[in-house]
Amino acid sequence: MATIQTPNGFALDNSGQRVVVDPLTRIEGHMRCEVNVDDDNMIRNAVSTGTMWRGLEVILKGRDPRDAWAFTQRICGVCTGTHALTSVRCVEDALGVEIPDNANSIRNIMQLCLQCHDHLVHFYHLHALDWVNPVTALKADPKATSELQRSVSPKHPKSSPGYFRDIQNRLLKFVESGQLGPFKNGYWTNPAYLLPPEANLMAVTHYLEALDFQTQIMKIRTVYGGKDPHPNWMVGGVPCAINVDGVGAVGAVNMERLNFVSSIIDQTIEFIDNVYIPDILAVGQFYKGWLYGGGLSGKSVLSYGDIPDNANDFSPDNLMLPQGAIIDGNLKEVHPVDLRDPEQIQEFVPHSWYKYPDESKGLHPWDGITEPNYELGPNTKGTKTNIEEIDEGGKYSWIKAPRWRGHAMEVGPLARYIVGYASGREDITEQINLVLKTLDVPVGALFSTLGRTAARALEAQWAGYKMRYFQDKLVANIKAGDSSTANVANWDPQTWPKEVKGVGFTEAPRGALAHWIKIKNTKIDLYQCVVPTTWNGSPRDNQGNIGAFEASLLNTKVERAEEPVEILRTIHSFDPCLACSTHVMSEDGKELARVKVR
Amino acid sequence: MRETFYDVLRRQGVSRRSFLKFCSLTASALGLGPTVAPQMAHALETKPRTPILWLHGLECTCCSEAFIRSAHPLAKDVILSMISLDYDDTIMAAAGHQAEAIIEEIVRDYKGEYILACEGNPPLNEDGMFCIIGGKPYLEQLKFAAKDCKAIISWGSCASWGCVQAARPNPTQAVPIHKVITDKPIIKVPGCPPIPEVMTAVITYIATFGRLPELDRQGRPKMFYSQRIHDKCYRRPHFDAGQFVETWDDEGARKGYCLYKMGCKGPTTYNACSTVRWNGGLSFPIQSGHGCIGCSEDGFWDNGSFYDRLTNIHQFGIEANADDVGLAAAGVVGAAAAAHAGVSVIKRMSEKGGQE
Repeated sequence: MATIQTPNGFALDNSGQRVVVDPLTRIEGHMRCEVNVDDDNMIRNAVSTGTMWRGLEVILKGRDPRDAWAFTQRICGVCTGTHALTSVRCVEDALGVEIPDNANSIRNIMQLCLQCHDHLVHFYHLHALDWVNPVTALKADPKATSELQRSVSPKHPKSSPGYFRDIQNRLLKFVESGQLGPFKNGYWTNPAYLLPPEANLMAVTHYLEALDFQTQIMKIRTVYGGKDPHPNWMVGGVPCAINVDGVGAVGAVNMERLNFVSSIIDQTIEFIDNVYIPDILAVGQFYKGWLYGGGLSGKSVLSYGDIPDNANDFSPDNLMLPQGAIIDGNLKEVHPVDLRDPEQIQEFVPHSWYKYPDESKGLHPWDGITEPNYELGPNTKGTKTNIEEIDEGGKYSWIKAPRWRGHAMEVGPLARYIVGYASGREDITEQINLVLKTLDVPVGALFSTLGRTAARALEAQWAGYKMRYFQDKLVANIKAGDSSTANVANWDPQTWPKEVKGVGFTEAPRGALAHWIKIKNTKIDLYQCVVPTTWNGSPRDNQGNIGAFEASLLNTKVERAEEPVEILRTIHSFDPCLACSTHVMSEDGKELARVKVR
Repeated sequence: MRETFYDVLRRQGVSRRSFLKFCSLTASALGLGPTVAPQMAHALETKPRTPILWLHGLECTCCSEAFIRSAHPLAKDVILSMISLDYDDTIMAAAGHQAEAIIEEIVRDYKGEYILACEGNPPLNEDGMFCIIGGKPYLEQLKFAAKDCKAIISWGSCASWGCVQAARPNPTQAVPIHKVITDKPIIKVPGCPPIPEVMTAVITYIATFGRLPELDRQGRPKMFYSQRIHDKCYRRPHFDAGQFVETWDDEGARKGYCLYKMGCKGPTTYNACSTVRWNGGLSFPIQSGHGCIGCSEDGFWDNGSFYDRLTNIHQFGIEANADDVGLAAAGVVGAAAAAHAGVSVIKRMSEKGGQE
């Protein structure tokens, strides 16, 4: 194949050596990635395939809309709760339900808590091994590591040479056992790893500290939601009643519970400020020459916005995370986004394993249809149940291709921060400028793998402080005499109109998320989700535009074609969630019923 | 080929003589007497940390997320010191064929000794290609890894029962592990997800006592699944006194009354939520004001709305234990297995996903 030019500005050439990564690990769910590498070890073509499909929207049809949050929550257990929140908002939008102020504060705290937890766990436990080499940490000098720790984060108490020596000894014992567990078969001799041994030891130590500390963060959601993962939510408010005075206060949110949440918020802010942010800056310092992976981020980004300051007001000015779309890299113009407009968000399937009557057109979610259609392109190598090489000229993914006014868009923390920066949000701009100044890089450095990883950390920091804001707001409101947590006026389905439709949105940790619903005779008639990884992991569309994952891999130099460190690094910077992206939408489940019993 | 505790000591310069001395000192320190020392030496010489292959099928990863939230023991200590988590595609460093190679290696080198931990389940429709790993159906990976394992842990309701993707009309025909692997001991640890500390307890039980925990007739560890949430619920006195939450955020809700009338499935759900509680014993769904949705029960998605009041429970007194319920369920399973497996699916399809 000669080089082809995509309408969204990328050159693709599949002539070089084809490298297949499947399974692509350290993500949620299952995905495959294939790239073509030329003689200079540059990636010239990239293909990303969502390799799972569960069919949750089919399952939702005919059920009680008040139950939908529990089903959709199970779309993802990593961004647990964000689908549930989107779902209750979607049903409330359809039924015209307004929630009390306290419920808004508690929901925001739960969503922000997720941002803190998910971003932290993503960086340390899913992403860090793309930058950090735990094997060379064994060669580090504990004293020098201690000095490094004290210089990058003077306030973090765990910094003595003895502490690092103990961790190093434990690591040594582990490695010497010969049973390397999760570190087995890693790419530890690859020259793509740039950190000195001391930085590696510091980072591995924080890998373990973060693994311990993250058990604390989500306790906030256990107080308000009863358990985590998968806490409880409710259409019309939140299920946890507030009682700071009367008999039986032990069965509700009381002073002890409020204090408990407050203390975890403080610890979370402290951990992010003293460990996560300094580590990002340290990693950035060593890798700032590695600015690959920008992909769509410098062109087209999308954010729906989230975290309503006042309850029930989803206008852009009331949303603390910004709303807007940027296209063609023009930061001077932030376009408004309307999820109800049939012309704005549409999904395409010519390269997805689904069937439309007319695949040259896209469909708005309220008009969406899906019929699975697993067929491989004519140039596929292998068989239907043993794929050796994908043919991206045909259908090649369980993910659809959503587009905003025809544009492939990147979503996620970096997209939100770019939209915030372009909209002149002071809090976000201040954070970005501080990082750029510390690392001494220009604003263009944002549009990169590293920029994505840094934006996620900044957002975790932002979310910690906003949790504090809403917890204080909650307490102030209770003090003012308002203990209300639920609006039950429309709880009874008999009060509902015969036919209604609604849309709910959030900014999930991985990006813009929305659910669309149609309710008919008190039951779900249609339910559709367009999720962050559907945007980022989308295959090509009817015009040949490539999605964010594919775009980000192009023109990256790989050190060793057989070791996918750079591919993992860039794909992980999106924090992919494949269980989310590979859902299905269908008006009727009939066609799905072909059963083959083996 | 593989290193044991003894090999590691030897490589670190410890002599066999010192090693045997260590064993006898440890044995006497534990009050086990001199005869135990050779046994201990033998165990340490030959016994590496148990390898775990943790596979992911169709799922949402909530089980892994629960596992890392365990307060005691911490996931860090389980992974570093108790087991050898050699394959888990959610956290492992390797990818692609370097990852796949690990499964082959463990199956070859630890025949009959490794534990297979399953999160999620295999879909059977579309020749299994609704869940593709390494270009092939997940079911192939599962069968290969199960072939020589010592035992299987079915994490969560997906692996144990089918869970949300198997709810009507189960478009991918997702099936629980025991439907496709029939010749291995299976420990079911249901829940969506299971309680974090229950997950680590099952693992540490096996590592500590060297045997599988005692199971009920449905294959669940008796120590955590033999009682209903309702049996040990701290709001039970309000149920017995007839004090109920009548609507959300009413006086009863604020006073912590019983959630039975709001659809609580605690009376029919076998799990340890009301005793072990969640996230270090902090709370559980009922304590935070929402009824139990029964997430550790088979088919809980298809038992009516989470807000429908249970109509099939004994109000007072009459008790049944998990084994009695298990017996009844075993009968049903037997009957279903006798029929063509597709029939029940088609039957469910014809019900059009309704759940009245």
